[in-house]
Amino acid sequence: MNEFFRQVLFLPEQASTFARDVDHLHYVILSTAMFMATLIFGVAGLFLIRYRRRSESQATRRVQTSLFWEVLFVGSPLSVFLAWFFIGYHDFVWMQTPPPEAMDVYVVAKQWMWKFTYPEGPNSIGVLRVPVGRPVRLLLTSRDVIHSFYVPAFRVKQDALPGAYTQTWFEVTRPGRYRVMCAEYCGLKHSEMWAEVVALSPEDYAAWLREQSGGPVALRDATPGAPEREEPLVPARLAMEYSAEAPHGELMTAERGTLAERGERVAAEKGCLRCHTVDGTQHIGPTWWGLYRREERLEGGGTVVADEAYLTESMMKPQEKQVEGYAPVMPSYQGQLEAAEVAALIEYIRTLRGARRDGIGTGGPVYEPIDGR
Amino acid sequence: MNPSTAGSLAEPDYLNHETTVRSWLLTRDHKRIGVMFLVLVLFALLLGGVFAMLLRIELLTPGPTIMGPMTYNRVFTLHGVTMVWLFMIPAIPSAFGNFVLPLMLGAKEVAFPRLNLASVYIYAAGAALTLFGMVWSGADTGWTFYTPYSTTSPTAVTPILLGVFIIGFSTIITGLNFITTTHTLRAPGMHWSRIPLFVWAIYGTSVIQVVATPVLAMVLVLVALERVAGVGIFDPSRGGDPVLFQHMFWFYSHPAVYIMVLPAMGVITEVVCAFSRKNIFGYRMIAASTFGIAFVGFFSWGHHMFVSGQSTFGSGIFGVLSMLVAIFTAIKIFNWVATMYGGAIDLKVPLLYVLGFIFLLTFGGMTGVAVATTSLDVHWHDTYFIVAHFHYIMVGSVLMAFLAALHYWWPKMFGRLFPERWAFVAACTIIFGFIVTFLPQFLLGNMGMPRRYYQYPSEMQWLNVLSTAGASLLAFGFGLIGIYLLWSLRYGKESPANPWGSRGYEWFSASPPGPHNFREPPRFEREVHDYTVSEAPHVY
Repeated sequence: MNEFFRQVLFLPEQASTFARDVDHLHYVILSTAMFMATLIFGVAGLFLIRYRRRSESQATRRVQTSLFWEVLFVGSPLSVFLAWFFIGYHDFVWMQTPPPEAMDVYVVAKQWMWKFTYPEGPNSIGVLRVPVGRPVRLLLTSRDVIHSFYVPAFRVKQDALPGAYTQTWFEVTRPGRYRVMCAEYCGLKHSEMWAEVVALSPEDYAAWLREQSGGPVALRDATPGAPEREEPLVPARLAMEYSAEAPHGELMTAERGTLAERGERVAAEKGCLRCHTVDGTQHIGPTWWGLYRREERLEGGGTVVADEAYLTESMMKPQEKQVEGYAPVMPSYQGQLEAAEVAALIEYIRTLRGARRDGIGTGGPVYEPIDGR
Repeated sequence: MNPSTAGSLAEPDYLNHETTVRSWLLTRDHKRIGVMFLVLVLFALLLGGVFAMLLRIELLTPGPTIMGPMTYNRVFTLHGVTMVWLFMIPAIPSAFGNFVLPLMLGAKEVAFPRLNLASVYIYAAGAALTLFGMVWSGADTGWTFYTPYSTTSPTAVTPILLGVFIIGFSTIITGLNFITTTHTLRAPGMHWSRIPLFVWAIYGTSVIQVVATPVLAMVLVLVALERVAGVGIFDPSRGGDPVLFQHMFWFYSHPAVYIMVLPAMGVITEVVCAFSRKNIFGYRMIAASTFGIAFVGFFSWGHHMFVSGQSTFGSGIFGVLSMLVAIFTAIKIFNWVATMYGGAIDLKVPLLYVLGFIFLLTFGGMTGVAVATTSLDVHWHDTYFIVAHFHYIMVGSVLMAFLAALHYWWPKMFGRLFPERWAFVAACTIIFGFIVTFLPQFLLGNMGMPRRYYQYPSEMQWLNVLSTAGASLLAFGFGLIGIYLLWSLRYGKESPANPWGSRGYEWFSASPPGPHNFREPPRFEREVHDYTVSEAPHVY
């Protein structure tokens, strides 16, 4: 039944955990819509024949409503609509809430390509490799205008905004290659801004990750895994060629190490560490040690949780939500930090908790999932 | 422009009592102003239609067909801007509202005749500036002008923004004029429960226009300032917030959908009564639901932003409120169909458009409920499903009602009858063509084709070809209408005062009406559309 409706309605394959549930509601609503439109139209057609005009001077009697019919006509669609809404909202909350065990990938959109960066180090353009059966949280941002990350097969879409982070998540149910498109109009090559999600079995994924971290530094960026070399998807290739022809400042192809290690370098280069410490010592600004997901009291009342969104906001608009007890001296880093550098900084700050920071270089990143619950 | 010179010399009508160009350009007659608006919006419709055809031809093949991507991006922007701001928003209120609203109220004029004339020129100036922007360089932002693309795009967005800004004043003036007219110029005997439902619809629309248009004006000025002076309101690289634009823009542009659709609903109510020869079923409910839509329409803008990163809770609230709009619309649809019950129905061309309207509105409305369902909208947002949905509900209803009004009031406006058979053929072509154009786009959206796509995956081609075929039918239908209506202006049979035997109050005047609408003050002693007696109404 599911397969029948899916093909009748031209829906793409259902490759994520929520695709099926979303589709089921889709079937119900669209069949009801078609049924109701036909019914109303049928009744109108019936009246057209039954009450056709018989003479030019024909008079008609007045018909008035009774309260019963009014209540019935208003109440029944209202209750049906609200029922759909609540089922849909239930699914929507699920789709909006990444599970705590999700792995993270940073996504940076730019005219007209998608770049994916893993906390473990590798980054790639046009190809997002994920393991099957594990929730993946995407942290999206954009370097220029608004883009929208859209995977039809997953029923997932999320805008990537410049100067801010948004998130979405999915869990792929079977290995395969899935088309990523940009859904928010972003200029000349909007319709060519494609990428692909390559869902690998957990073993293949682990092997690819090992290959990435072990190989020479030059190979770390966007190296196709073994299955992809055999049948490349054209748009993703295009996206990769595009970046190869016109490399830009944000590509950290020659950068070493994990994203957190890059973040540490960025912090040093941009002078963050002149005011912020990483070991818990209080200085001009709040320490980064244990900052991630800490609840901060704000100047002028209220609290805020120092998540990705707040950290980004503090870099871009530091005076907006000032932590209590600190002078408003931090300058805005708007335009100073590239999106990928923000990602690296946040990843670095996230590692600064629960373990000493000298563990990073040797033992790999101390990596905390989403909200540390 | 002057069809009825021959037979009516004895009694001058508004078309022939003065015939100089000057008398038209400086007229304060609401009927002539209505006709001027009609000519202007028809020109806008033609222009927008030509752009639409170019787009559909481009989309015949997955890759480039007749134009490059930059041209395509400009053409879809111009199609949207022209259709939304130059055609759909002013079409019914400014053209038909101006013509029939004072007649329906038994008034000699609108409340502010000079302002009314000004609104034509303001509209024309705004339209000219917009067209100038198009010819000069052509914006490529889409009609929604989303920042920061619109603030950084190298094309000439500013003249188009200012053009739309100016047109907004025309809208506000027209709205104010209608509100005041309805309050102060009703003929004796017309208390609030007898006001024709078309007037109620225009009144509700005017309230939205007066309240919401200033917000659009503000946001357009802010975008223009950002482009010209570099103030950092929307551009994040200057400390602004790109999503703020979306909130402000949709705060106007969502109610704007009802600025377009409510007058259309008003037309449908009049036409369904006239051709069913029945009193309207549930007068109070229809009037009340008009205001229900107008009110709730202000609180549902966030449903355009479910995937913009807005809070999950916020999305839920906007989703529920959007459902309420569907309920008010459902009330109207039920009432129109119920009006036909027990009537004496004559399936003439305007009623055919009403049937098209009911079908498109029901299907478009139900898909609206579907996209208000948050989880489904994630997949559909910014795809062709949305394109199909808003063409069904917004364009479909405005076009159907506009054509219904054009045919229903054509004898009233010009005193001529159009050839019924040709009109019937054209109406069938248009309704069928519309469905063939946009039904495949629902499926394209399901497949995952994002909107504003110049190129698309090749498996989506045949649905696009089907859609283009439908668009060609639509264009053919419009061509037909253009030909026979122009023909009828000169050669059409002269119309009697009330060719449809309608009991609508506007038919109490002669067709075409005299320069001062009525020869003697009309008395509206019955309720509007009262068909319990068979005599035709007296012409005042």
